[in-house]
Amino acid sequence: MVSAMDGTIEVRWHGRGGQGAKSASAVLAEVLFHEGKYVQSFPEYGAERQGAPIRAYNRVSNRPIRRRCGVENPNIVVVVDPTMIESANPSEGCADDAIYLVNTALDAGDLRRRLKISDSARVLAVDATKITIEELGQNRPNAPILGALSRVFADVPAEVFADHFTRKMKSLPPKALEANRRAIMRGRAEATLA
Amino acid sequence: MRRVLVCSSLEWWVSWLDCGDERAAPGRGRCGRIEMTSGNLAFAEAMRQINPDVVAAYPITPSTEIPMRFAEYVANGEVDTRYVAVESEHSAITACVGASVAGGRVMTASSANGVALMHEIFPIAASFRAPIVFGLVNRSLGAPVNIHCDHSDSMPERDSGWVQIYCEDAQEVYDTVMLSVRLAEHPDVLTPVFVCQDGFITSHCYEPVEFLSDEAVRSFVGAREPRYPLLDVENPVSYGSFTMSEYYFEIKRNQIEGLNHVQRVYGKLSSEYFALSGREYPVIDRYMSDDADYVAVIMSSAAGVVKDVVDDLRGDGVRAGCIRVRMYRPFPAMELREALRGKKCVAVLDRSASPGGTAPLAAEVKSALYMQPDRTPVFDYIFGLGGRDFFPSDALRVFQDMMEFRYEDGARYIGLLEEDDQE
Repeated sequence: MVSAMDGTIEVRWHGRGGQGAKSASAVLAEVLFHEGKYVQSFPEYGAERQGAPIRAYNRVSNRPIRRRCGVENPNIVVVVDPTMIESANPSEGCADDAIYLVNTALDAGDLRRRLKISDSARVLAVDATKITIEELGQNRPNAPILGALSRVFADVPAEVFADHFTRKMKSLPPKALEANRRAIMRGRAEATLA
Repeated sequence: MRRVLVCSSLEWWVSWLDCGDERAAPGRGRCGRIEMTSGNLAFAEAMRQINPDVVAAYPITPSTEIPMRFAEYVANGEVDTRYVAVESEHSAITACVGASVAGGRVMTASSANGVALMHEIFPIAASFRAPIVFGLVNRSLGAPVNIHCDHSDSMPERDSGWVQIYCEDAQEVYDTVMLSVRLAEHPDVLTPVFVCQDGFITSHCYEPVEFLSDEAVRSFVGAREPRYPLLDVENPVSYGSFTMSEYYFEIKRNQIEGLNHVQRVYGKLSSEYFALSGREYPVIDRYMSDDADYVAVIMSSAAGVVKDVVDDLRGDGVRAGCIRVRMYRPFPAMELREALRGKKCVAVLDRSASPGGTAPLAAEVKSALYMQPDRTPVFDYIFGLGGRDFFPSDALRVFQDMMEFRYEDGARYIGLLEEDDQE
């Protein structure tokens, strides 16, 4: 069970500029807002260039959220870029039983070892890069990551994530939106416990 | 509202979203649509609803989204504003002043070095009694170049004769724009207003905001009734004339008089807006401070984490409180003196420095408290320069300093790396 102080769940995203971690964090906030929650979604801006490591954060609560500092002790950590499993130090500040959602092709043992986490940590793995290369022809892992995340917020159907994603990305051509929708559904289906 | 389980399909679940809470759903008010938006986009949405006559802007991070989104509204015909694209911030504010004294309702936005480049024109706008409403998205002044938040851009403008209001979150930004249009244009005030929000922290955070209907906004802000517009050719007036020592002083005194009316006019507007929206914004936001022994005084977005720490300390039996100064100009000295009377200790946290002197908020608070019979001790701190984050542990340390009365002459810095290195 996630122990969340004062009923607020905190999420930390690790990604690289251009991969859509910030947008995915915004979609998560939107989805949970429509489920009646108080939410925040905010990125930690560094150098504004493609490929630079970035962090984004969510807070979700039943009560108004007042604090606006970065998340130090996340309940859920999302690693959008597989090369950041070690470099971003995703387990920093996490409780032993934190939930990790990782874009990776590694097997479970290897992944857990590289994350340097305890046995009580709960890890969900999905090869989001592979899914988007197959569906979109490019590496945009945020869509399958969102699909996989819908398994963490289990009562929200993946379609709701897909609908919000489509709305947020409505400037994309219809074909790309369809491909992203498939990527979201595959992310949910192909995510495995590691 | 559905109960949202986390991980139930994976046999992980949590009870944190067990909705037995008294809260129904986000939204502090009573009547509007609630949408996910950011501080910048909430400001732009307020502009769309207000539909000003003229907007002249030169976008700069982190306020860029305000003119960017508003330019879309103009291009799509959702407003009939004249949007003036200019080649610098200096020209942007100059065009705003011209349009405002011509009789238009005028808005713009900027940050950091953009604000600094406008510096020459701000006192002119105030002296012309041009009621411009300005979205100031706080960002540090270079050098070194830094895009993140502190108040070093707005504080140098504190003597420019403008009203300055600092907002804690996106909802407050939106509501403050509405109040500021009425305040700026009130005939007893006729003074431009800076609506300040913290760059990135507020401007780029997505959170729920409750909006008024377009009709409600139109009816609340009404139409501007300019007093001496340049374009009234039947009653010709002149702005910007040459005035030597025989009149300059009197004109300045009149201008200051406008600011002296702000508190009274604002009080009425704030009540009217509360009746409309269900949201109220006093000039100082008192949180658990009435019976507190130890009070932290702060501005803008960092107040939230202080309030969280106040709750924790109250849980431990410590009478802690927080006062957020919302209106910095005119400074609500009387309200603050009243609110801080009899406290054991007060800490003032500034998000900008006045190198070689006392930081802006601390200077005002100390000045306000000077005439107390038993002066409350004041500790001053500087935090968050260039976007340095401000955590609960930082706020807690300030309260611990007060509780153990660890006084130091001069300001202490919060969260400097050199301090952490020593520990």
